[in-house]
Amino acid sequence: MIQTEKMSPARKPVAPAPTAGQSFLAKFEEFERGRVRQSPDWLYPIRKAGIAHFAELGFPTVQNEEWRYTNIAPIAKLPFHPILERPASLPALKEIETLFIPGLKCSRMVFVDGHYAPELSAIADGIKACGLSEAWKTEARLLERHLGRYVHCEENAFVALNTAFFTDGAFIHIPANSQIEDPVHLLFVSRSSEPGSSSHPRNLVIAERGSRCRIIEHYASLPALSESKGSRSNGSDAPTLTNAVTEIVVGEDASVEHCKWQAESLSAFHIATLQVQQEGKSRVIQHSISTGAKIARIDIHLVLGGEGIESILNGLYLGGGDQLVDHHTVVDHAAPRCASHEFYNGILDGKSKGVFNGKIFVRKDAQKTDAKQTSRNLLLSDEATIDTKPQLEIFADDVKCTHGATVGQLNEEEIFYLRSRGIGAENARRMLIHAFASDVINRITLAPIREELEKLMSERLDREGV
Amino acid sequence: MTTPAETIQQFVDRDYKYGFVTDIESDAVPPGLSEDVIRLISAKKKEPEFMLEWRLKAYRNWLTMTEPKWPNVHYPPIDYQKIIYYSAPKPKKGLNSLDEVDPELLKTFEKLGISLQEQKRLTGVAVDAIVDSVSVATTFQKDLEKLGILFCSFSDAVQKHSELVKKYLGTVVPYNDNYYAALNSAVFSDGSFCFIPKGVRCPMELSTYFRINAANTGQFERTLIIAEEGAYVSYLEGCTAPMRDENQLHAAVVELIALDDAEIKYSTVQNWYPGDREGKGGVFNFVTKRGKCAGRNSRISWTQVETGSAITWKYPSVILQGDHSVGEFYSVALTNNFQQADTGTKMIHIGKNTRSTIISKGISAGRGQNSYRGLVKILKAADGARNYSQCDSLLIGDRCGAHTFPYIEVKNTSAQVEHEASTSKIGEDQIFYCNQRGIATQDAVSMIVNGYCKEVFRHLPMEFAVEAQKLLGVSLEGSVG
Repeated sequence: MIQTEKMSPARKPVAPAPTAGQSFLAKFEEFERGRVRQSPDWLYPIRKAGIAHFAELGFPTVQNEEWRYTNIAPIAKLPFHPILERPASLPALKEIETLFIPGLKCSRMVFVDGHYAPELSAIADGIKACGLSEAWKTEARLLERHLGRYVHCEENAFVALNTAFFTDGAFIHIPANSQIEDPVHLLFVSRSSEPGSSSHPRNLVIAERGSRCRIIEHYASLPALSESKGSRSNGSDAPTLTNAVTEIVVGEDASVEHCKWQAESLSAFHIATLQVQQEGKSRVIQHSISTGAKIARIDIHLVLGGEGIESILNGLYLGGGDQLVDHHTVVDHAAPRCASHEFYNGILDGKSKGVFNGKIFVRKDAQKTDAKQTSRNLLLSDEATIDTKPQLEIFADDVKCTHGATVGQLNEEEIFYLRSRGIGAENARRMLIHAFASDVINRITLAPIREELEKLMSERLDREGV
Repeated sequence: MTTPAETIQQFVDRDYKYGFVTDIESDAVPPGLSEDVIRLISAKKKEPEFMLEWRLKAYRNWLTMTEPKWPNVHYPPIDYQKIIYYSAPKPKKGLNSLDEVDPELLKTFEKLGISLQEQKRLTGVAVDAIVDSVSVATTFQKDLEKLGILFCSFSDAVQKHSELVKKYLGTVVPYNDNYYAALNSAVFSDGSFCFIPKGVRCPMELSTYFRINAANTGQFERTLIIAEEGAYVSYLEGCTAPMRDENQLHAAVVELIALDDAEIKYSTVQNWYPGDREGKGGVFNFVTKRGKCAGRNSRISWTQVETGSAITWKYPSVILQGDHSVGEFYSVALTNNFQQADTGTKMIHIGKNTRSTIISKGISAGRGQNSYRGLVKILKAADGARNYSQCDSLLIGDRCGAHTFPYIEVKNTSAQVEHEASTSKIGEDQIFYCNQRGIATQDAVSMIVNGYCKEVFRHLPMEFAVEAQKLLGVSLEGSVG
């Protein structure tokens, strides 16, 4: 829905930084001459539009209402080195295995610096999944119909940049009335150590009418990362950028659970947009867990385009050190009788900064909408900050919409309760923080991910006495 | 028995009853804005040099600024050169008492239900009446003076208490604060000035009545209220304007300053002409209101009932600077027909253990668009700050809109911030329940809406609360469909 953003206030045009713009254009021309020729004809105008929008928008500044709390100057300053070619050598499977989620029975697609590595992947029989660069040869018609049709290049510079430069990503097609039994684990590994190198993965998931699937979109860094394994210091220190765009189309009666887990190295920048287009009576559960990266900005945009849809957005962000984690969600109720429930919890320690902006739009015809949103934030240190902005825009009258936001410390009374039952102060604190995170974690249906996240929480609490 | 449709029609057909024009000779400067006009206004008011300089500084600043585009309201561009920046009822020489005020003018106020004479005798509310740009009458001045309270028009204050004005003017809303505040600082013509000395509790409600009368004029008034240590004052403000097809601009600035242990209660019932049913005409109400809790334990409370104006752009705010200070904001904003409102508050917590409460009730009907925009900012030093916000929206009809844009920025861990919002409509079941017990639909709607606003109304002084309830009934057209 293009109108969506038009209604929100104060979208000042951002003047592109002239030098940056030019270097991007030059890079695009070079890219155009080379590899782009290999991609199909229909893709060309889409890319061209992407770079044109990027040139027009430039990198957003804090003057832009959508970016007022997130200063991406460190990203704009980086040299621009998109990784356009498949890496010559791949990491060993053994290295990659450290990033797997223990006990998770799944099909796995591994991407190294944004490029699909079939050698490291294992896809169960009967699942239509492949790299995007292959899909645009074999599934041209399907791609042409969906790719780039849902995201908004004209509004988001990073989406525009991705659209101009993407070379690969995951393509998953679930035919009508079929289901993928085990989840699909998309593992995006960044490995590059060159400052400014960027990957632009582009994913497309098409869940046709009546189908069911579960997808994990997992971003991590090599070598030695990391958040998921507990050691903070020794990730690659190169400031790299992941700029991912994922489009998910959910047909009538289809059901999709999507879990995004961002655990990149603490020197990396992670920008991602997830666009979900839902049709009537479909169900989506979307989890966004963000634990890594120096700056993470995640845009999640749901369009509820048919009657009787149910959507759940579930998010947890942990910030420590000087991390900045920013979630912008939009739930666009475009049709009547839909329900959306959104739960976002953030735990911020050190000098970290959290940003949450949740918009709910209820269109004129979307009567009987039931939309709920909560944003809860726990500040654990004196220097952590949070900026939260829940937002409702309602144009229909017969609706039930609520939102709530809280910011605070641990509840003294709850600590007292636990202590009066013989639990030490430190333990009580940990229990309560853990419980705060578990609220969100428990909504994930896949037990191995839950366990992994619980473990991560315990590790972080141990390490920092968070 | 009337059907719901008829009930709606009855509501619709109620007209804006303050839309008359009084034929009073007025003294106006030609339309347009330039340094000369500002000099002329300043000269007409015989202002001291510092005022003129301040105005010119503001004007030069204003020239460099651009009109804010971020509010969620839409209106045709304003031609600032077509506005008359100064218009005053022709004064008679040396007014000593109300009897000498132009009888036409007094009649105007009587029509508005604000009989200055009667007010004086019966209700014991001190009134400062302002027509177009100039204060025409202030009652009870003498009685208040005995207590050391200064309550007069801004022009008088500039003449008689220029030290106080110089000390406090622009300390809360600087001349370059925003586009409209800068414009106001350059051209403001009058307003109210109120000073409550140390330890004095103002024994009566102080009230200002604003009236736009002349065509094509803008009203730019400025209010400054200072409560010294331990002082208390409750201040009321009401506004109306004639019905005109063209839009009129009202850009006011209100500054409140509360020192240690002082309390200021500021209540507004805003009923500027909202435009006709097609959205033609009406007042653009672009107002900057801000209070500063400068001292410890000080308290500022804003209560507003916004039913008029074609467009409202208004964020009464509190800067909570003193430790343990308290800021409150209670608001009912109603938009009907083509009215648009973008209103809310800012609570800036600077001092320790500061507390703020925000209760905002938005009602949208017809094609009205109602936005709540609020900021709660807890700065680093504000240990133990506490905020509770609640903003509810009520939608009546399917062509209106309700929007909320709460900004919460927290930089201190010990802060507790809660925000809740809900949107609902008057349920058919609620109406049915009332009907079943013999309450007509019209009354039921009125009852439900008043119940919904009760939390805010109970913070209004009694006379105002009654007025506000009536106003809501008048302004509310077709409730149930």
